[in-house]
Amino acid sequence: MGIRFILMVNKQGQTRLAQYYEYLTLEERRTLEGEIVRKCLARNEQQCSFVEHRTYKIVYRRYASLFFLVGVDNEENELAILEFIHLLVETMDRHFGNVCELDIMFHLEKAHFMLEEMFHKAL
Amino acid sequence: MALSGMRGLSVFISDVRNCRNKEQERLRVDKELGNIRTRFKNEKVGNIGGREFAESLAPDVQKLLISSSCRPLVRKKAALCLLRLFRKNPDILNIDGWSDRMSQLLDERDLGVLTSSMSLFVALVSNNHEAYWSCLPKCVKVMERLARNQDIPQEYTYYGIPSPWLQVKTMRALQYFPTVEDPSIRRALFEVLQRILMGTDVVKNVNKNNASHAVLFEALALVMHLDSEKEMMSQCVALLGKFIAVREPNIRYLGLENMTRMLMVTDVHEIIKRHQAQIITSLKDPDISIRRRSLDLLYGMCDVSNAKDIVEELLQYLATADFAMREELALKAAILAEKFAPDLSWYVDVILQLIDKAGDFVSDDIWFRVVQFVTNNEDLQPYAALKAREYLDKPAIHETMVKVSAYLLGEYSHLLARRPGCSPKEIFGIIHEKLPTVSTPTIPILLTTYAKILMHSQPPDPELQNQIWAVYSKYESCIDAEIQQRAVEYFALSRKGEALMDILAEMPKFPERQSSLIKKAEDTEADTAELSAIKLRTQQQTSNALVLTDQRPANGAPQVSQLGMVMVPSTSNADQNAVDQRVTQSNGTLSVVDPQPLAQDHAPAGDILGDLLSPLAIEGPPGVSPQSEFNGVPSHEGSVGANDALALAPVGDQESTVKPIGDIAERFQALCLKDSGVLYEDPYVQIGIKAEWRGHQGRMVLFLGNKNTAPLDSVQAVILPPSHLKLDISLVPEIIPPRAQVQCPLEVVNLRPSRDVAVLDFSYKFGTHLVNNKLRLPAVLNKFLQPIQVSAEEFFPQWRSLPGPPLKLQEVVRGVRPMPLGEMANLFNSLKLMVCPGLDPNPCNLVASTTFYSENTRAMLCLIRIETDPADRTQLRMTVASGDPTLTFELKEFIKENLVSIPTAGKPPAPVAQQPQPNNQPIASSDPGALLAGLL
Repeated sequence: MGIRFILMVNKQGQTRLAQYYEYLTLEERRTLEGEIVRKCLARNEQQCSFVEHRTYKIVYRRYASLFFLVGVDNEENELAILEFIHLLVETMDRHFGNVCELDIMFHLEKAHFMLEEMFHKAL
Repeated sequence: MALSGMRGLSVFISDVRNCRNKEQERLRVDKELGNIRTRFKNEKVGNIGGREFAESLAPDVQKLLISSSCRPLVRKKAALCLLRLFRKNPDILNIDGWSDRMSQLLDERDLGVLTSSMSLFVALVSNNHEAYWSCLPKCVKVMERLARNQDIPQEYTYYGIPSPWLQVKTMRALQYFPTVEDPSIRRALFEVLQRILMGTDVVKNVNKNNASHAVLFEALALVMHLDSEKEMMSQCVALLGKFIAVREPNIRYLGLENMTRMLMVTDVHEIIKRHQAQIITSLKDPDISIRRRSLDLLYGMCDVSNAKDIVEELLQYLATADFAMREELALKAAILAEKFAPDLSWYVDVILQLIDKAGDFVSDDIWFRVVQFVTNNEDLQPYAALKAREYLDKPAIHETMVKVSAYLLGEYSHLLARRPGCSPKEIFGIIHEKLPTVSTPTIPILLTTYAKILMHSQPPDPELQNQIWAVYSKYESCIDAEIQQRAVEYFALSRKGEALMDILAEMPKFPERQSSLIKKAEDTEADTAELSAIKLRTQQQTSNALVLTDQRPANGAPQVSQLGMVMVPSTSNADQNAVDQRVTQSNGTLSVVDPQPLAQDHAPAGDILGDLLSPLAIEGPPGVSPQSEFNGVPSHEGSVGANDALALAPVGDQESTVKPIGDIAERFQALCLKDSGVLYEDPYVQIGIKAEWRGHQGRMVLFLGNKNTAPLDSVQAVILPPSHLKLDISLVPEIIPPRAQVQCPLEVVNLRPSRDVAVLDFSYKFGTHLVNNKLRLPAVLNKFLQPIQVSAEEFFPQWRSLPGPPLKLQEVVRGVRPMPLGEMANLFNSLKLMVCPGLDPNPCNLVASTTFYSENTRAMLCLIRIETDPADRTQLRMTVASGDPTLTFELKEFIKENLVSIPTAGKPPAPVAQQPQPNNQPIASSDPGALLAGLL
């Protein structure tokens, strides 16, 4: 059933926002995030936006210093997710005006609201 | 979005301001509150409610969704709320008439509500499409509307594309229906698909490109699913062919992935083969995601015609591939070589190259498999031996290569005897060169090879013989038991001359088996998979090249591999199976037999067991021979002080309905005489024990295994040690995940002699059921004994130096279980009391000695003398002597317990004379184990 988690991570590897749609313990989350961040951040622009990890497929996109990572299962349209990330960023940009990492850090609740609303409606 | 929210607020404020009186104001406020409530209610119900909640509230939410008077926002929320409720409890929507309502919902004009409804619909059809056939035409209508861009408001287009996400979702829903029967609907759908396939162009804008290709790939998937129309199919292949050649990495990745999927649905091998060169280029792409996809595709498209090319390509790539992929590559190359080998010599070539290039990544299974093939195909043997010989000439070769070539040359080098450089002596020379460089597990293989070489050189060459014997005598005292045993045995065997030929004859053919490699491939899948229980829920993975080729066991038990956690055997059948397997393995030279297929013949339990606790299960369940009965004093004798601890029969089982499998007392007794086995088993749990004893210390490992597919809760294992033992148990996790096993190491220190027994208070919860068992732990007196052989010169001075009570105690024991003297000697030996024959001139007597270890007494020699009466075997006179009064007493009682006849369950004989001496019981009431026993 599609999306498993959404992460926003900066290029230092710090998680700025995380939403999980299945239960993982904190410990499991931390390990998972660490593994994913190590894998994705090491990639360059010429490489594709999909990384396979465990049973997940990570669809990610980088905007300036922030990585948006979405974990999906095999039953998901990767490009649709990729564009969903962009739609999310456009929406945040419209709201915050020139959105940056700090906007998300200091308005975490708004970022969560937006994510929740959009995630439910679009996907 | 935020702005529109503000607009609502300002409208509300101005409405309130415009109200002419209080009544109107109140009405307006109430209306707003109503709005807030409905919104709030939907989200809250979906987010927090449990299963019962879902049941009771679902009808209300359904009403909201269908009601045409509600605002679209509320209906959107209602649809999503229902989706959540449905995921919690699918029954809420399995009601009459719901499919009609769903069908109506798909007529919705408002795209927001439609999108939410479509999400709900996808979940419904993925669960059961049968009820929703009537919705299929509606989905096609939605697709038509979107594809033609009819009646699509501006806010639902994304870069000019009408809601790409709704398109994707609708096509996803359609893929849950097996076919589209109605010709007119089918035609309409294919028209839309055709439009998408043909009308999607590459544009400059990345986002538009992505969105349109998202739709395109979904359309491809739908065409693949509906298949049949060959015309569309070839169009798809052509498109994919284009995609795998583009520079844009995302499209290339998806092209490769979808091509692999396509291989599985239809027979398009021939068309895809045309792109082979292109796919091989992608195998060398700098991006690992793309490399993986192309490896999968190559693996999937491989058949007899192109196997040679593909495998050679893989081999070539192996040398430069990164480490993350090497193992997978090696495995896949090995499987392909095995499956599609045009001839067997090529197969041998490939595997040897594989070992040569990536020895570290070649598992034992791979070379076992070569050995099997060569053994089973006589034509292949000289060739394989020759190849092995050639590889040995290389200056540095991988250890696996040493193993396989040593094995092959040992068996078949005589077939090469006439070639230059292949005389037995030369073969021995070149293999022996490698000996100093190899690790312990390889040495036994080399020793076997030497024995085989020796056997084949007939008449024996004295010089070679001496060389080999020299090797054997060097390893005769090797610390590794396997090496030592082989060295000793081969040395002895090789002196048998001609008879050697029979003993060391060529290995017989292996029974034909399913390849263990293919199974291995499946295991790696499982390994790389998740580490959490979530995996169990998400087992229904989609196709992947590896999954396609393997045949999972019919009932495909979920497999989890996790660090520190292993599976639990679930049937005694499996146990038996493990025994077989182990026997084959430990049979020395036979170690080449790969155990996996054996296990595979049986249920999944078998292969679960395969890797795991075989040593445990081996010595586990088999019945206990009568002579090993031990300590089984029935519980009603518990009132007799000294026997308190022994009276600790398992208790929990009367109260709980969970019945243990097998007799707990019997299992305990068996474990008193050996160091590993099953301590307790019931339908949910198995507890195994493995122990090691050294002097007065010991280390036990408890294996707590959950046999179920549900986790075990509230697991508690508390040890109640008697005062003479120091027991430290490591932390036991509260929850044992499904079909997992946790290991709890346990350190034991023996402080002083005592026959009291430690008790494990083990409880867990299964469902609402609390199961509690008190289990005796086999840390008994004889575990701290060390048999010692004493000569007459040592024995008698000792014996005499211990004059009488309390150091030397004598007792006439009656009610002894009648047994021949030989059997009694065996019993003593199994209790680690070493019988010293010949010390007592009277053949009816028995003398034994042993060393007892505890922290207080240190190592202490104990001497035992038994005088039997040939006329009456039920009585005997026993004398026990040691340097410590407590030890003497405890040991005497201990032996007595093992000699007196033990009643079968519940029917005790006349009570045996037991005269506990209170002064010799220093433990008494402070001992929790004993206290507990008293309570029971």
